[in-house]
Amino acid sequence: MQTIYTDFLVVGAGLAGERAAVEAADAGFSAICLSLVPARRSHSSAAQGGMQASLGNSVMGEGDCPDVHFADTVKGSDWGCDQEVARMFADTAPIEMRRLAHWGVPWNRVVPGKSIYYKGGKQFEKVEAKEKEGLIMARSFGGTAKWRTCYTSDGTGHAVMCTMDNRCAQVGVEVHDKTEAISLIQDGDTCYGVVARCLRTGELRVYLSKATMIAAGGFGRIYPNTTNAVICDGGAHTMCVDTGVVPMGNMEAVQFHPTGIVPTDILVTEGCRGDGGTLLDVDEKRFMDIYEPEKAELASRDVVSRWMTHHMREGHGVKSPYGEHLWLDIRHLGEEHITGKLREVYEICTYFLGVDPIHQLIPVRPTQHYSMGGVRTNRDGAAYGLKGLFAAGEAACWDMHGFNRLGGNSLAETVVAGGIIGRKIAEYLQGSETEFKTGLINDEVKKQQSRINALINGTNGSENIYKVRAAMQDALHKGANIFRNQDGLETCVASLQEALVRSKKVGLRSNGKGVNPELAAALKLEGQVKMALMVAYGALMRTESRGSHNREDFTARNDRDWLNRTLAYWKKADDTLPTLDYEPATEVVEIPPGDRGYGKSEIISADDKKE
Amino acid sequence: MSRLLKFNIFRYNPEDDQSTPHMQEFVLEETDSMTLFIALNRIREEQDPALQFDFCCRAGICGSCGMVINGRPGLACHTKTRDLPGEITLLPLPVFKLVGDLSVDTGTWFRDMYTATESWIHTTKEFDPDALEERMDNKDAVAIYELERCVECGCCISACGTARLREDFMGAAALNRVARFLIDPRDQRTENDYYEIIGNDMGIFGCMGLLACEDVCPKHLPLQNQLGFLRRKMGITSLKRIFRK
Ligand SMILES: Cc1cc2nc3c(=O)[nH]c(=O)nc-3n(C[C@H](O)[C@H](O)[C@H](O)COP(=O)(O)OP(=O)(O)OC[C@H]3O[C@@H](n4cnc5c(N)ncnc54)[C@H](O)[C@@H]3O)c2cc1C
Ligand code: SF4
Ligand code: SF4
Ligand code: FES
Repeated sequence: MQTIYTDFLVVGAGLAGERAAVEAADAGFSAICLSLVPARRSHSSAAQGGMQASLGNSVMGEGDCPDVHFADTVKGSDWGCDQEVARMFADTAPIEMRRLAHWGVPWNRVVPGKSIYYKGGKQFEKVEAKEKEGLIMARSFGGTAKWRTCYTSDGTGHAVMCTMDNRCAQVGVEVHDKTEAISLIQDGDTCYGVVARCLRTGELRVYLSKATMIAAGGFGRIYPNTTNAVICDGGAHTMCVDTGVVPMGNMEAVQFHPTGIVPTDILVTEGCRGDGGTLLDVDEKRFMDIYEPEKAELASRDVVSRWMTHHMREGHGVKSPYGEHLWLDIRHLGEEHITGKLREVYEICTYFLGVDPIHQLIPVRPTQHYSMGGVRTNRDGAAYGLKGLFAAGEAACWDMHGFNRLGGNSLAETVVAGGIIGRKIAEYLQGSETEFKTGLINDEVKKQQSRINALINGTNGSENIYKVRAAMQDALHKGANIFRNQDGLETCVASLQEALVRSKKVGLRSNGKGVNPELAAALKLEGQVKMALMVAYGALMRTESRGSHNREDFTARNDRDWLNRTLAYWKKADDTLPTLDYEPATEVVEIPPGDRGYGKSEIISADDKKE
Repeated sequence: MSRLLKFNIFRYNPEDDQSTPHMQEFVLEETDSMTLFIALNRIREEQDPALQFDFCCRAGICGSCGMVINGRPGLACHTKTRDLPGEITLLPLPVFKLVGDLSVDTGTWFRDMYTATESWIHTTKEFDPDALEERMDNKDAVAIYELERCVECGCCISACGTARLREDFMGAAALNRVARFLIDPRDQRTENDYYEIIGNDMGIFGCMGLLACEDVCPKHLPLQNQLGFLRRKMGITSLKRIFRK
C-alpha cells in the first residue's frame, strides 16, 4: 500500500483548503490537498453572487468600513457568533480581496458615471465617482448596510477558484483529486493524517502529515432537498465524529433558502424577488402578503422559507412527482429584464426545467442551503480535542456566522480563514516534530479494510444503502426543517435512531470492486446518520429560536439561557445519541445582544438572569 | 402514461478482471423535467448500484458530467430527456483516460495542461497588503472573465479531430487559456514567451479549424475567435523570429 508523507495535509481543495495550503507552501512547507473531484469543481465554484469586503469603492458603499461589516455580521448571526472571530474576519477581508486581484481574479471594476439599478421592482439612478475608476466594484446583497459584495459578473466563485488553483500549481501545492479521505489516523491525542480511498482504482492509501486540515465544505446532502453539490455529503466530518473527542459546533444551525427549483433544488437567486417577483400557491394566488403584509416576498430568507412551508402544510402546495412545491412568478418583469438582469435564472429555467420564465411559472420550494455548524475550532482554526488537526471554510465552526450567515460572507470566509489559519499552521509546523507510529497506522488501515470487507460480504446484514440514506433524509426533512417543535424533533430523533441501527447492517448489492460508488456511499452512511442526530437532538434541546433555528414552541430568542454554542460529541461508537455540551457564544463582547432590525424581535434578555 | 426510455450505456470496470467493455440496456419511466442527472441516479439506486458516472454541482457550472450523449459530447446534468428520442446512448468522453463506465479522468489532463501553459499571472510585482488594489479597466476585467468561464468539462477536446489523432495536441481549452493570460494586463509575459508554449503543431498550428470545439462548448465560449486571434498573433511572432535570425 502506498504511503505519502507531507508537512501539511488538507482534506478538501475548495477555496478554504487551497488558500491555507498556499500559505503553508509560501512558508516553505510541503502541502497536499485531497479532493473528491478536480479542485476547480469544488462547490466554491458554484457561488455566483460574490464575496463581502468593506472596500467602499462604489458610491452605494461610501462610508463602509470593517466596523460596519462587523456589525452586520454579528446581527446576521443573531448574536450567536464569536465576536473576536467576526472582528478578525471583517478587518482582513479587504486585504484578501486585493490579494486575489493581485493573483489574477478579474473582479468587476468601478466604471465612473451614471447607471441604473433596481430596488423592490423600481428603477433608480446612481453616479459612480471618477476618482474610484478601476478599483474593485461591489453590488448589493441581503442583510448588509452597504453595497459590499465584490463580484466577477455572475461567476464569482468560479473565477476565484480558478485563480486559487492556478496559484496552487504555481507554488507547488499538490492536489490529489479523485481521492476520498475515509478516516483519521489518531491516538486520541494527536492527529497524524488520514486513510484515503483512491477513486481511480478503489485502493486504500495512507497520508501522513504533521498538520491535517478539514476543509471539506458543507454537508447539505444529509437533507433530501439541497442547493449543495452531490459531493457535499459530510464524509470528512464523519471522520472527526468517529474520533469521539472532536466536537461539532452548532449542528442545529442549518440555513434554508426560499427558492430552490423543483426537482433538482438548484438555486435561483434572491434577485428574482428583489426585482419584484412573487410567490404563488396551487391556485396561482399570492400568499406572502397575507402573512407578512409589510415585506411580503422581501422578508428575510428564514422568514419567507417558514411561511412557504406553513402554506404548503395548510394544503396549498402544488403536487408533483418530486413532492410539493410553490410557484415563483417573474413573468410580469418582462422579457428584457429576465434575459438581461436575470440571465442566469433564465438559463437555469430553460436548461434544467424546460420552463420559459418569460411565459411560465417557476416551481420552487425552500431548500437546505448552508451549514453554519461543523468541526469546532478555536480562533486559530485548531480543532478541539486533537493536536495537529485544524478546520476551515464551511466545514468548520470557526464561528463568525453563529445561527445565520449573511449572503456573501461565506465565500469571503473561505479565503480570510484560509489565510489566517494557514499562517497559524505554518507557525505550528515550524516548531513541530512528529513521530509516526507504524502500529497505529496499520491498525487504522486494517480497521478500514475490514469495514470494507464486511460491506462487500454482507457480514452485518443486507440493508440497502440508498433506502437507509433516504430514511435519514426523510426524517430530517420532516422533523428538523425550517419549523421545529418538540413533537416533530422527538419523532425525528426516534426515526434517526432506527436509521442508525439499519446503517450498521448495510450490505452491498454490487461486487464492490474498483471505484464502486455503492461502497463509497456505504462507508460514510453511519457517520452521516450520527451527524443527522447531532442536528436533530441539538435542535430538540435548544428551547429557543435564534437565526435559522426556529422553534414553534419556543418563539423567543432566549439570551438568558441560550447565548451559547452547542458542542456535540459522539463519545462511544455504540452510543445511540450524541453527548451535548455548551460553551459561551463569545468571550469578547463588542456589540451586546440587541434587536437585529429585521425579522421578529421577541427577546428574553440576558439581564433577566441576575434576579 | 409517460414514455419508457431505453438507455444504452457503456460498461467497463478496469479494476475487475471479470469485466469486459460492452453496452448495457436499462429501461426507465420518464418523469416531468427529467434530466440525465436524475435518470442516471435512478438507474444507479434502483437497478445497478455499481454504475459509475460523474456529477457534482448538477447545475451546469462545475463541468463534471461531460459524456457522449447520442453521439455528441455534452453536459449530462443540463440535458433534458424530453429533448432526446426514446432511445438514449451514453458513452464516456474519448481522449481522456477511462476510470470506469461513463467516468473519465479529466483532472490529470487539465492539471497537465495548466502546468504546460503556466496558467498563472507572471509578474515581478510583489503584493503590498497596505496599498490600494491596482486599478484595472472594467472592460479588460469583463473580457478576461469571458474566457475564464471555461469549466474544463473536456467536451471541446473530445470533439476535436486533431486531439483524437495526436495525444500531445493541446486542444481548444488550452489555447483559450493562453489567450486569457495574453489579454491580461497584469501578466508580463511577451508574445515570444507564449510562442514558446503554443507556437508549434502541438499548439496553435496543429488546429485544423474545423469548429467542432465551439459547436459543443456548453458555456458557449468564443473558441473560434480565440483560435483565430492566437493564429494571427503567433503567425506574426513566427515571422518576426525568422527575420531576427
Ligand atoms: C448554489 C450556491 C451558491 C452560493 N453562493 C454564494 C455566494 O454568492 N456568496 C457566498 O459567500 N457564498 C455562497 N455560497 C456558499 C459558499 O459557496 C460555500 O460555503 C463555500 O464555497 C465553501 O467553500 P469550502 O472551501 O469550505 O468548501 P468547498 O468549496 O465545498 O470544497 C470542499 C472540498 O472538499 C473536498 N472533499 C469533501 N469531502 C472529502 C473527503 N472525504 N475526502 C477528500 N476531499 C473531500 C471536495 O472535493 C472539495 O474539494 C453558495 C453556496 C451554494 C450551494
Ligand atoms: S477548430 Fe481546432 S481545436 Fe477546435 S475542434 Fe477543430 S482542430 Fe480542434
Ligand atoms: S472550452 Fe468549453 S467545451 Fe472546452 S472544456 Fe471549456 S467549457 Fe468545456
Ligand atoms: S454536474 Fe456540474 S456541470 Fe453537470
